[in-house]
Amino acid sequence: MTTTEAPPEQERPIGFGRLLRKEDPRLIRGMGNFVDDIQLPGMLHLAILRSPMAHARIVSIDTSAAQAHPKVVAVITGADLAEQGLAWMPTLSNDTQAVLATDKVRFQHQEVAFVVAEDRYSARDALELIVVDYERLDPVIDVRTALNPDTPVIRDDLEGKTDNHIFDWETGDEAATAEVFNNADVVVSEEIIYPRVHPAPMETCGCVADVERVSGKLTLWCTTQAPHAHRTVYALVAGLPEHKIRIIAPDIGGGFGNKVPIYPGYVCAIVASLVIGKPVKWVEDRTENLVSTGFARDYIMKAEIAATKEGKILAVRSDVLADHGAFNGVAAPVKYPAGFFGVFTGSYDLEAAHAKMTAVYTNKAPGGVAYACSFRITEAVYMVERLVDCLAYELEMDPVELRLKNLLKPEQFPYTTKTGWVYDSGNYEPTMRKAMEIAGYEELRREQAEKRERGELMGIGVSFFTEAVGAGPRKDMDILGLGMADGCELRIHPTGKAVVRLSVKSQGQGHETTFAQIVAEEIGIPPEDIEVLEGDTDNTPFGLGTYGSRSTPVSGAAAALVTRKVRDKAQIIASGMLEVSVADLEWNKGSFSVKGDPSKSVTIQEIAMRAHGAGDLPEGIEGGLEAQICYNPSNLTYPFGAYICVVDIDPGTAVVKVRRFIAVDDCGTQINPMIIEGQVHGGLTDGVGMALMQMISFDEDGNCLAGSLMDYLIPTALETPDWETDSTVTPSPHHPIGAKGIGESATVGSPPAIVNAVVDALKPYGVRHADMPLTPSRVWEAMQGNHTPPI
Amino acid sequence: MQVPAPFEYERATTVEHAIALRERLGEEARFIAGGHSLLPMMKLRLANPEYLIDINDLTELFYISEESDEIRIGAMTRHRELLDSELLAQYFPIFRDAEKVIADPVVRNRGTLGGSLCQADPSEDLSAVCNALDASCVIKSTTGERIVSMSDFHVGPYETAVGPAEMLTEIRFPLKANAGSAYEKVERRAGDWAVVSAGAAVWMDGDRIAGGRVGLAAVGPNTTLIGPVSEALDNVVPSEELYQLVGDIAAANCSPQTDQRGTEAYKTHLAMELTRRSLRRAVARAQGQEA
Ligand SMILES: Cc1cc2nc3c(=O)[nH]c(=O)nc-3n(C[C@H](O)[C@H](O)[C@H](O)COP(=O)(O)OP(=O)(O)OC[C@H]3O[C@@H](n4cnc5c(N)ncnc54)[C@H](O)[C@@H]3O)c2cc1C
Repeated sequence: MTTTEAPPEQERPIGFGRLLRKEDPRLIRGMGNFVDDIQLPGMLHLAILRSPMAHARIVSIDTSAAQAHPKVVAVITGADLAEQGLAWMPTLSNDTQAVLATDKVRFQHQEVAFVVAEDRYSARDALELIVVDYERLDPVIDVRTALNPDTPVIRDDLEGKTDNHIFDWETGDEAATAEVFNNADVVVSEEIIYPRVHPAPMETCGCVADVERVSGKLTLWCTTQAPHAHRTVYALVAGLPEHKIRIIAPDIGGGFGNKVPIYPGYVCAIVASLVIGKPVKWVEDRTENLVSTGFARDYIMKAEIAATKEGKILAVRSDVLADHGAFNGVAAPVKYPAGFFGVFTGSYDLEAAHAKMTAVYTNKAPGGVAYACSFRITEAVYMVERLVDCLAYELEMDPVELRLKNLLKPEQFPYTTKTGWVYDSGNYEPTMRKAMEIAGYEELRREQAEKRERGELMGIGVSFFTEAVGAGPRKDMDILGLGMADGCELRIHPTGKAVVRLSVKSQGQGHETTFAQIVAEEIGIPPEDIEVLEGDTDNTPFGLGTYGSRSTPVSGAAAALVTRKVRDKAQIIASGMLEVSVADLEWNKGSFSVKGDPSKSVTIQEIAMRAHGAGDLPEGIEGGLEAQICYNPSNLTYPFGAYICVVDIDPGTAVVKVRRFIAVDDCGTQINPMIIEGQVHGGLTDGVGMALMQMISFDEDGNCLAGSLMDYLIPTALETPDWETDSTVTPSPHHPIGAKGIGESATVGSPPAIVNAVVDALKPYGVRHADMPLTPSRVWEAMQGNHTPPI
Repeated sequence: MQVPAPFEYERATTVEHAIALRERLGEEARFIAGGHSLLPMMKLRLANPEYLIDINDLTELFYISEESDEIRIGAMTRHRELLDSELLAQYFPIFRDAEKVIADPVVRNRGTLGGSLCQADPSEDLSAVCNALDASCVIKSTTGERIVSMSDFHVGPYETAVGPAEMLTEIRFPLKANAGSAYEKVERRAGDWAVVSAGAAVWMDGDRIAGGRVGLAAVGPNTTLIGPVSEALDNVVPSEELYQLVGDIAAANCSPQTDQRGTEAYKTHLAMELTRRSLRRAVARAQGQEA
């Protein structure tokens, strides 16, 4: 059950265990240091003029009135940038994106010009003084029409482009899958839509760019989840030498993938500082964040499942139409244009599987980020878990029974899916059974049957998910050519305190605590004596950053291994101090002692002092006690979990109330169970948002209808039940400490559980599927037999 | 951070001062009460007043008082006070029902009754409450005051009967014997504006409903009093059939539009369902049985 109490002081673990987060005193007291807190002498402020139209040719831009504003320092348009060759930049998926529009605008709120002024108010005021003359073009908003022959071509900037097609992708064996489907007793098909949603972090995106006039060195304080990757991209794109770029990601107020891409605003601020010679701050407002930065999802999935009439699932296939917006800004390893959608085979033992996807441009904001989804796994899991429920509906089987019948067995691991993913470890059934036990599953079903008799609507929804996180092996995973390995450096100071430096960047996940605990576990120094440093490219080793739940699987491994390397050196020094051979020493978490004579021992602190001291060291050993490594994961890790959701629906108003939610997660070895619970609570809440209330929608002219938090709803404590969390532990066999990552499990697993519960409640109305977000109106329409696609 | 356009600001010290300022500064000036409607609009630059006249020092407008035959509420009375008032809970439980589902504590600490009515948002809850309770509004100017009934107060979405040199100072609620009232709202999330909401007020004569009113929010260009409902509630015996009938009348007399909060059909259905529920509860309260 959920317990969020911290252990008493004296029981603080030296290593893994429940421990209050080291960063919280600072964050809770409002003493964090976020990008917008950065103030530099002479700093100027930048504001961006955005397009009111979704698709239009720019006829002319008149900036004279804005230039004349007494506090305006500069007004820059796309034409100005084009002169410097800076009007376009690459996206994370090797497409190009306009920094400022030159020829035409391709989505509403696209960046058109920027103003730099002495203060934020004046910058914003001056935007109103810029006059842009647009010639309206027909926008492409309905993704289903994007490839029609008469549809306008959005990306006429790309040479030879005559349609809105981005890519086709497929995985699995189409013929073999067709064969299984042709011979199956039961085939169920459903069109399942995962609408466009937005990460909507509490802190919006922004930066302060400061180009030093003499050295030409750029320091960029930036809301980035991937400071090192950003530095390299700036070096490659803007031609700035990499050693003259320093990216600092200070405290980050939530990211969820939203802070992975490089946004035009960052480039504008850098250009402005370069040109003007003063520091320039750009921080977007809430609306700008919602309407222009990386969205997530936006998949229309035609999905099918084949099974025997006894309920043995045989195959799954799907055909996906993916809306990528105006520029393909998907954040995923280069060889995976559809991210890790390939894990749509779920947690089941299938005979065949196949998926194909077509991605298209539309006149909507670009992106397609890993919003708490480990690269499209949210979509994949949602699709298969909805499909399994549709199958249960048709077979008139209990959805848990159907799942139990088909879950992979522990002896099948490592298991290679029909789409080629190698699940590292799993023991699924006990996790499912634990969730059922906590829920009192049988009793819930009895209660539901009684309520149905009385016309009351109660639903029980189940999901079982397997995630693929911790990208990834550099042999086949890179982003813009950068391998997805991560460095870590550990220094033990003479007094036995330590500093560990990492390439990843916490956005609130608790890295300062987790990584200190990993080092503590390996070397026996208390976590409070270990400083964790991240987010400054001048002071941390290279690596690809935090997203896709990769910090613990990749950098967590790096932290453990670098500590073992230091410990190996410590052992040699200890052997000199105790005058025995290395092989005669025994490690007791914090000290080495002589085997068979525990009275002869030295602590890691004593070893540290010796390593830096004046005395002799064993032959060949240099002074100091530090090491650095780069960890290249040999495989992804595959966390999993079983979720059960109970909802009540008011039959008169169709309002859905989530009564209970049981989440049993297996993320392998647990470093800090409190942080794990926190991550799960957040993800589950996020799931309530997506399942019940959120969508970035557009009208037919392409106006974004979700430009404020009044329109794009974030769930509150009142919409969420008391989460009932628990766990099982199945360590990853290839991860040095067996940890798998937990950041996104709950966001992945909860939407299908909630939707399955709502659909289950609506069974008396003959409802087999309804698309998110299940607002009261959409639920009511489903009860009337109206299928209302959200797009 | 969303930043408003430049404006000038003055704090009024008395109602007369506020009205005089407004008269002098004209159309480009706005009163600022709780600011929870005006400031968001200014930050989004949907409203760009040149002058703000702050009326938060006008302590003479903060009150809930009982007169012989009516309750009077000062325009600057905050949501929070309307929620907490035992006097209102006793005579008009609809207030507490509504206030519990208006916005969140932060907004309720500042937002005012006067600001709510003057904002004239079609989804505004207190306007529906005031419609159901047959309230009237006291509007002051330098030349005197006039009283406008709730049905004449809203003249269009975001438009009221308050002229450019006038100020809403008080709202009056007639006290009726054996009365009951209730409010029902469907929202997509706590603190969200209504998908639809309905307020009902009835007064009884023995076992019969002597009269009643229903006000709806978010079903048309303005929060509306459903006139035909009052006719149907004239001297009738309460029953489930009656509630259904009145609900159907409410549904037939509103004109909601499909938007992100819901489809026209759903909102029409809610107009029926919420009218029925609020009426049932209002009657139960009038009869001394809380439902
Ligand atoms: C997050 C949020 C959620 C909300 N949710 C709801 C909700 O669920 N239901 C709901 O009904 N409301 C909701 N509101 C609105 C809230 O109740 C507002 O505070 C209220 O509508 C306006 O009151 P105010 O005192 O803040 O007015 P202000 O914003 O100060 O003023 C509003 C308008 O009225 C004018 N005005 C104010 N007082 C007077 C006066 N005495 N005479 C003449 N003109 C005057 C102003 O000039 C301005 O044009 C919400 C607001 C927010 C920010």
